[in-house]
Amino acid sequence: MTSLRTSRRRLAALSAVAAATLLATTACGGGDSDSEGGGEYNAGVNKVANASNKKGGTLKFVGVQDADSWDTTRMYYGFVFDFSRYYSRQLVSYSPKPGKKSLDLQPDLATDNAQISEDGKVYKYTLKDGLKWEDGKPITSQDVKYGIERQWAQKTLSGGPTYIKDVLDPDGKWKGPYEDKGGFDGIKTPDKKTIEFHLPKPNGDFEQMLAMPTNSPVREDKDTKSKYTLHPFSSGPYKFKSYTPNKSLLLVRNKHWDRTNDPLRKALPDKIKVTLLTNPDERDKRLINGDADLDLNQRGMEVQGRQTALKQHKGNVDNPQTGFISYVAFPQSVKPFDNIHCRKAAIYGADHKSVQTARGGPTAGGELAVNMLPPTVPGHDVNDDQYGIRKNGGKANVAKAKEELKKCGKPGGFSTTLAVRNTDKADVKSAEALQASLKKVGIKVEIDEFDGAQGSSIVGNQATVKRKGYGMVLYGWGPDFPSGQGYGIELWHSSKIRDNGNNNYALIDDPKIDKGLEDAIAELDPDKAAEKYREVNKRVMAGGYYLPLTYLKVVQWRSDRLTNVYSADSFSGWYDFASLGVK
Amino acid sequence: MTAPLHEETAADSAVVEPALKQAEKAIEGRSLGRIAWERLKRDKVALIGGSIVLLLVLVAIFAPVIAALTGQSPNERHEDLIDPLFSTPKGALGGISGDHLLGVEPVSGRDILTRIVYGARVSILVGFLSAFVAVIFGTILGTLAGYFGGWLDALISRVMDMLLAFPQLLFIISLISVMPNDLLGLSGTGVRLLVMILVIGFFGWPYIGRIVRGQVLSLREREYIEAARSLGAGRGYIIGKELLPNLVAPITVYMTLMIPTNILTEAALSFLGVGVKPPTASWGSMLSDAVSFYESDPMYMIIPGVAIFITVLAFNLFGDGVRDALDPKGTR
Repeated sequence: MTSLRTSRRRLAALSAVAAATLLATTACGGGDSDSEGGGEYNAGVNKVANASNKKGGTLKFVGVQDADSWDTTRMYYGFVFDFSRYYSRQLVSYSPKPGKKSLDLQPDLATDNAQISEDGKVYKYTLKDGLKWEDGKPITSQDVKYGIERQWAQKTLSGGPTYIKDVLDPDGKWKGPYEDKGGFDGIKTPDKKTIEFHLPKPNGDFEQMLAMPTNSPVREDKDTKSKYTLHPFSSGPYKFKSYTPNKSLLLVRNKHWDRTNDPLRKALPDKIKVTLLTNPDERDKRLINGDADLDLNQRGMEVQGRQTALKQHKGNVDNPQTGFISYVAFPQSVKPFDNIHCRKAAIYGADHKSVQTARGGPTAGGELAVNMLPPTVPGHDVNDDQYGIRKNGGKANVAKAKEELKKCGKPGGFSTTLAVRNTDKADVKSAEALQASLKKVGIKVEIDEFDGAQGSSIVGNQATVKRKGYGMVLYGWGPDFPSGQGYGIELWHSSKIRDNGNNNYALIDDPKIDKGLEDAIAELDPDKAAEKYREVNKRVMAGGYYLPLTYLKVVQWRSDRLTNVYSADSFSGWYDFASLGVK
Repeated sequence: MTAPLHEETAADSAVVEPALKQAEKAIEGRSLGRIAWERLKRDKVALIGGSIVLLLVLVAIFAPVIAALTGQSPNERHEDLIDPLFSTPKGALGGISGDHLLGVEPVSGRDILTRIVYGARVSILVGFLSAFVAVIFGTILGTLAGYFGGWLDALISRVMDMLLAFPQLLFIISLISVMPNDLLGLSGTGVRLLVMILVIGFFGWPYIGRIVRGQVLSLREREYIEAARSLGAGRGYIIGKELLPNLVAPITVYMTLMIPTNILTEAALSFLGVGVKPPTASWGSMLSDAVSFYESDPMYMIIPGVAIFITVLAFNLFGDGVRDALDPKGTR
């Protein structure tokens, strides 16, 4: 009914008040909403579409990719973090609010946000009363500690992020809960309700890291280690009823979850059903036909579905900004990209407009990126446009590119190879667009497609990059948690250069960038930290290590039935699943 | 007595000679090629197929000229002709206009006509050269197997059986993905083309090899071969001068029928993304691109599809005609 009210407001704006009232009354009297039901285009961006508190019904997800793991310790995919909040709770979690407001951390299991010691090295939380597991037993601070400690067991439970482990135990001294039953002494539980974290040095993002579902409680007697993904023991509003990997998942209510001590999760539907397919076009068809409410993977619709949705069901479409950026890195190990001027030549020579069109225009492809920090990360500065990308309307700056080529000692241009994952069609199209625009300044680009699933051992492997001569690597990146640290440390810090599984493709090894990042991390005031990340980003751009392409947007489907829909920066601009309900 | 007779003939010669010549002509021995050509000329369908093939070859050779005539180039992007919201060409029928006679590609706005014309180069090149590779391998090995027999025949025949059972498409896909980017002075698309030609040709030779072997087996027992042998002709002479000329007909037929299959294989490989590399145009990769736009821009799928269809059909019709012409006993 809320959607009717929304469209009523829109109609009123268009026609006379009396006529609008009449129309709306008729619509309400008719009681159905076939043409208006979906609401408005972008109704779920920066505001809540179909706000409602109606409980019951089945929420239906459809996806083409199963979770990397449903085990909170092992998961890393963004949509899985989002989904895991149905059956897991954290000490602190994100605000159930649209857009940037979602980034504000609220107490979840804890009674309040952290009590931080003067020196920023001790974080203390007290648990709420009446917290229960799915079998009715109380959730204790030891359970929270054990859930976090599982991060140390990388041999058995690999795959997930290890930020807490790296901060608390930077030298990896503790062996993990399976090998050392004594427990980690950097996390203290003086009683069943209190938990303390002792940091070797301050980290301004520590609470952001704790909010990641990776740090959900796990009860030791329910820890089935590598089989935990099949049935994670629930501390949240829903529990696993049945799960067939790559096929289906059904969640039902956890009757021991108490609504009164969890203000962050609306938990409206009675059941949550996930159907997994293999073909994204079929997924889009099911969404459009109303067989499912939303896409589990949240990566946006395919070309075909996008067209149908935008042409015929625009009211069911949201087009939020995501935290992801599409970019090209220049590995400095491959000549001539060891020379800053050759890198700059490629940056100036790139036609951003053409890449944007190749990705699906401003709607599906997103805005032209002027620097490396995406809009959802604090510190993003749209005015930091050192290469005049927006000033030039996204067109290549041929004159500047030629000038840089001369300075680089290659006035006639050069040849190089661009690596792109074949699993992402938009990436391949962007590569072709770059190839065409760089050719005009004399940079001959050969495109080499690689299997996206093997990325970490191909473009992430320094020896392979050198052997194959990948002077350019086209990739996408988004923050693990919404801060400059969660986004940039892997890409920019010299300590993250690895022989294999490397993400610092450009091989940035600049003491000033390292120092800038470390200072920003130690800064406890988020605003000052954001300012510092902005400076680091500026320096990264000045070094010409990266060619930012676009800040990605997605075309997201929102069914007529969905209520409380909004895109949240806490989940890279995707919908906050825990708030959704159905009519 | 002879003189008058002679005189008589000489006197009449002016009248008789044309008639005689005509008679001579009527009973003149005609070569196999000539007979075939006469038959082929009467086969209208084959002639149409043949002329389309000829036209395609000309189009492929003169692709740059055609592009220059239309004022377009295959890799120039016209993003202003693309609707940014849907990535499809502005205007009806995939953006067909005076400038772009077959419209433009979705996403990039490249001219489809010139890409089809340049795509013909890839198809024709791979189709012909790989058939050529197959013919060379097939003729040599088939002749050896048929003529020498014994263990050599057994060996070659088993190899042919093995190759025919080999999953060649899967093999090419995996081979191309491990090929280096630079090979024998070629790079990128060049390497891909070379690999495709060699591998498609290599897997095609058993088809030719079997035919040749069968022919040689029956020919080597013929009297004229016996005669040559008893006159002391060497093996090389017999194979080269006596056998090979008789193999030209079946080889020609199978080669013409093999080309369209090869063109299809190339299109399939490009469709699967292991054919030529971007931005080189190929019909297969155009089709593969078009899959995402089959509803919103069906023209983009129809055009390369029709190009492949016409080419393969023309080659097949022409091949059938050639076979009928060379081998009248063969039943259709």
